[in-house]
Amino acid sequence: MSKILIRGAKVLGGEPQDVLIDGETIEAVGTGLIAEGAQVIEADGKVLLPGLVDLHTHLREPGREDSETVLTGTQAAASGGYTAVFAMANTFPVADTAGVVEQVWRLGKESGYCDVQPIGAVTVGLEGKQLAELGAMHDSAAQVTVFSDDGKCVDDAVIMRRALEYVKAFGGVVAQHAQEPRLTEGAQMNEGIVSAELGLGGWPAVAEESVIARDVLLAEHVGSRVHICHLSTAGSVEIIRWAKSRGIDVTAEVTPHHLLLTDELVRSYNPVYKVNPPLRTEADVLALREALADGTIDIVATDHAPHPHEDKDCEWAAAAMGMVGLETALSVVQQTMVETGLLDWSGVAERMSYKPARIGSLTGHGRPVSAGEPANLTLVDTAYRGEVDPAGFASRSRNTPYEGRELPGRVTHTWLRGRATVVDGKLA
Amino acid sequence: MKRHLISAADLTRDDAVLVLDTAEEMARVADRPIKKLPTLRGRTIVNLFFEDSTRTRISFEAAAKRLSADVINFSAKGSSVSKGESLKDTALTLEAMGADAVVIRHPASGAPYRLANSGWIDSTVVNAGDGTHEHPTQALLDAFTLRRRLVGRDAGMGKGLDGRRVTIVGDVLHSRVARSNVLLLHTLGAEVTLVAPPTLVPVGVESWPCEVSYDLDAVLPKSDAVMMLRVQRERMNAAFFPTEREYSRRYGLNGHRMAKMPGEAIVMHPGPMVRGMEITAEVADSDRCTAVEQVANGVSARMAVLYLLLGGSEPAISTTRTEENN
Repeated sequence: MSKILIRGAKVLGGEPQDVLIDGETIEAVGTGLIAEGAQVIEADGKVLLPGLVDLHTHLREPGREDSETVLTGTQAAASGGYTAVFAMANTFPVADTAGVVEQVWRLGKESGYCDVQPIGAVTVGLEGKQLAELGAMHDSAAQVTVFSDDGKCVDDAVIMRRALEYVKAFGGVVAQHAQEPRLTEGAQMNEGIVSAELGLGGWPAVAEESVIARDVLLAEHVGSRVHICHLSTAGSVEIIRWAKSRGIDVTAEVTPHHLLLTDELVRSYNPVYKVNPPLRTEADVLALREALADGTIDIVATDHAPHPHEDKDCEWAAAAMGMVGLETALSVVQQTMVETGLLDWSGVAERMSYKPARIGSLTGHGRPVSAGEPANLTLVDTAYRGEVDPAGFASRSRNTPYEGRELPGRVTHTWLRGRATVVDGKLA
Repeated sequence: MKRHLISAADLTRDDAVLVLDTAEEMARVADRPIKKLPTLRGRTIVNLFFEDSTRTRISFEAAAKRLSADVINFSAKGSSVSKGESLKDTALTLEAMGADAVVIRHPASGAPYRLANSGWIDSTVVNAGDGTHEHPTQALLDAFTLRRRLVGRDAGMGKGLDGRRVTIVGDVLHSRVARSNVLLLHTLGAEVTLVAPPTLVPVGVESWPCEVSYDLDAVLPKSDAVMMLRVQRERMNAAFFPTEREYSRRYGLNGHRMAKMPGEAIVMHPGPMVRGMEITAEVADSDRCTAVEQVANGVSARMAVLYLLLGGSEPAISTTRTEENN
């Protein structure tokens, strides 16, 4: 078996230590480790994290291979330091049957860059009317435990209630895309001062908050857990905080872009800033950061949403919603959370690795960096500073809002069960 | 002035006054037997209309032709656009044909901004109305009409609209005319009040440089001009107001309400009017109503805009006089 010795790595940002990998497993963590014949990686003060886990990725395959495939998406994930991603169900065809989730799962196995855990649709065709065969997807080879109609809201209260109840039978969780559809008809951007000036259809915060309020109450009523996707408003944070204080079993995620960007950027009418939920105000951004720091928001999830160039190189109203995010997520979190003093690196590990794996019941990921654990690891050069250049992305799409923006940090190595997927910042 | 006219906010007070003064010179051309200037001879102006708007299109067309420009009308209907061609490709096609300026009307807010700022084309872009965003040449022709009526045709030269009280009534939420007018009239020193049912006032209006009222009767006696916006009947289907009759009762301008306005105050309408809805026939046909005058002024204002954006450094006034001397 091959051995790898990572020398002088700041494990979770702590004092430099050596980490010895033997095969697929971490054999030892300590100082002055010696291993004959081992390949030596001089970490030189870089930060070593558990492999990141993304609970919210759009891999687009099957159906939109022009924007991303499971292979290119997992390559992007590995480049960003991820060792596991959850693939959203809004593909063509929709991942609402055992057949489709098994296809995605198998493509993930074949890619080899990152584990792919399919998410199943809650309702047939994401149409919100009839439950998909949730049990069949769970019993399939893909072993689906997270269900979501993401992109669309499960807005029918009865369907949502039944889904929350039904998945209890096999420990599943429903991840809700909270968007009241009637309040967001024709919505193009956050409703507020900027939308009033730009004449773009308003997307009110209450359209998100009202659904979250309903769903935490439903979860309480039926004794289920519920996960809320991509929180974007200060009001949503308050509702989650209240729900947790009541003991409701709710978890929540925030995207990197909602931690950094505001609706002021929409003044450029550049659709690269068009995303669902929309970019909000500075006050919302600060509330989301605070909530991620204090644990009200549990995790960072990318909502990596690749789109081909032509779907963004057009007028705002005609453009697709979404941003790629896998390859910039950790840098944005470093800038918005670590360099602001809101989180240390062990806090980052909790929110980008341990907790997302736990929410998604994913064993083998989100484990501590210690002896006997799977060797899923990410080495980060936190001193790095550089402008984002989409031309260097592994993703097939380039719709990043950070082009030309200086962000800190760079993933130099990623190991998936002891096998390097990224070496010196390049795909292995 | 900037190279493009996308928003009324692109105009400084000096820019706006220059456009109005130039429009006044252009209006004199319209009074002559030969309504034509050689200024833009050899230049090509494309009217790129993705929405049906015969009034605005022919106004721009008349303006361009009076300046001797070559005019190409491109209507999205029956063209490649209806077959799925993108805005970018349409723009590239027009530029390849040698367009010096593109006058664009588009249902999507921001489409003219994208056209001007995406590096797709080099032409000058004039916004002829984009979605629910702006319609800056409408605001210029309205300001021109206001200055002529409230300050005076000759007395107004070089001046703004300082202290004049303008009330804009109707569907502000969906109105590009209201957005451009609030910005431009404020720039020119006017005091603007918006009147509408609360459902038709955008969230975020508090950042606009104007007052907002829900009570038309209270505002009318303090108005030097009242601008009535068209209200589409379909709006009531989205619960913006209960019925056409209730809207008309609360926010429509009739003869009785018009009598509450000061003696010299005028009634404006950008057209097309929905008689019986926001305005009664009695008001629309009265001497106070400037709707038809606004159409004539629209040609002068658009001539001024095209001239200033494309005509180079020569002032329009001297060009006009040269023509007269010939």
